[in-house]
Amino acid sequence: MIRSFSALILALWATGSTAEEMRLAVTTSFDSSGLADVLLPAIKEDLDLDVQLLVVGTGQALRLGEAGDVDAVLVHSKAAEEAFVAAGHGTHRREIMYNDFVLIGPATDTAGIADAASAADALQRIETAQSLFVSRGDDSGTHKAELTVWAQAGFDASTFDSWYRSVGAGMGQALNTAAAMDAYVLSDRASWLNFANKAELALLYSGDPALFNQYAYLPVAPAKNENVRNDLAMVLEAWLTGPRAEALINGYAINGETLFVFNAQPK
Amino acid sequence: MLQTFFEQTGHPELVILSAQWTLDIDWLLYFTRKDRIVFVPQQSKCTASMIEILEGLKAAFWLVITFDAELWEISLRSLRVTLTALLIASAIAIPLGTYLAVQRFRFRRFVISLINALMGLPPVVVGLVVYILLSRTGPFGVLDLLFTPTAMIIAQVIIITPVIASIAHQSMRELWAEYHDLLISLNTSKRQRILTLIWDGRRNLLTAALAGFGRAIGEVGAIMIVGGNIDHVTRVLTTAIALETGKGDFALALGLGFVLIGLAILVNLAIHTLSQTEREGRW
Repeated sequence: MIRSFSALILALWATGSTAEEMRLAVTTSFDSSGLADVLLPAIKEDLDLDVQLLVVGTGQALRLGEAGDVDAVLVHSKAAEEAFVAAGHGTHRREIMYNDFVLIGPATDTAGIADAASAADALQRIETAQSLFVSRGDDSGTHKAELTVWAQAGFDASTFDSWYRSVGAGMGQALNTAAAMDAYVLSDRASWLNFANKAELALLYSGDPALFNQYAYLPVAPAKNENVRNDLAMVLEAWLTGPRAEALINGYAINGETLFVFNAQPK
Repeated sequence: MLQTFFEQTGHPELVILSAQWTLDIDWLLYFTRKDRIVFVPQQSKCTASMIEILEGLKAAFWLVITFDAELWEISLRSLRVTLTALLIASAIAIPLGTYLAVQRFRFRRFVISLINALMGLPPVVVGLVVYILLSRTGPFGVLDLLFTPTAMIIAQVIIITPVIASIAHQSMRELWAEYHDLLISLNTSKRQRILTLIWDGRRNLLTAALAGFGRAIGEVGAIMIVGGNIDHVTRVLTTAIALETGKGDFALALGLGFVLIGLAILVNLAIHTLSQTEREGRW
């Protein structure tokens, strides 16, 4: 009895894998797009590198980099990224790929945003109709993009009434909330296409250049502390900007729709 | 709108009653009949949620009978983390609880109420504090434990130790009242008294440990923060459920939930069988 019990404990503790490991903080929108499931096995195959993903909002991802708890970050909020590099937390910023944000809402489109002239116009219509709007509210890249468009529309989101629901959650959770309330929500296209619980929601507006969504890769400064694996971060950057990544990113599609466009510039 | 509706029907006494239903009014069809209201759940929404739960059961069933490799991995990790935390927490909490029952000292009452209060420790706060301590910029950063199963074990030990200590103290106190005269008259040392109480009260202590297990296996707030829900490293059943919910895959999330419940029942049964409780002629 004791022997079988200790065998069980040993089995529970057994660990495998001798490959090199690095930690990459990515945004929730990147993870819920499903692209990670395509890229990580290819990275493992080519580089024998286990990339451990920490899926958090852009704000928290940058905080993790700042503390040196991850080796690199992959996020999408240009202003915050440039501040991150300027403060010496990251060595540099390398653009990898882009997609776009889209406005999701109830299929009945109560605020009538489908034929809006611009993203700002669409948000103005939602404000006029006082339709329910779900905001990420978690300082993520998507949240920052949403606030920027609100500012373009001439509003300060912090002054809105109860129709503006700030949920403080990841992309998937925000979409779940919007689905449950038949509310409008700003999402990145990839997360929306990969989202399984669409309910009565539909993609209502997209195509404004203001909704451009650039993803960038930032290795964390090795000066942070001796545990930061800058060498592995650089190996991963070379791979992410290389031909195999380009083929995989450009070829990644859901229901025949391409989600990301690779735009890394050769050095 | 509802209020005017009731006023028009000439039943102003129903207005107050209706107020508490206004939040749920989307979900309900209502109609009045003379002096009472009947609330009827809308058929479609009711069946939709039933289907969702059935889908969850189906997903759980298939995951289990096909020995899904990923499910196997995260279930074993859940068990490994929780059982290790349980062993460590029990090793601290059981002697502590018994000691508090046997020994009188100046701040005893204070320590007992403190432990009782700590039972309600919010896991998210524990997670955040452990995160800050283990972060590479924190005091224990050199150990590089953040985002490892060890960090999850540390957080769980902090969460469940007060639970086990408190329940252990409660039952040991009753046992001590029973054994007090005997153990004193036998002139036993303090150490002997504690060991006797632990041995004779082992069934009760098992209950205390199982309460700690229950709290730890279903915990998500703390281990999400200190573990990071990294695939193949720190993903456990509860964080996987949170992840699948985020993806909107409710069937899979529910399926994992049913597996988690099943696992908790299995572990409880296994521990009871191993320790031979609930058998005839025993207590």
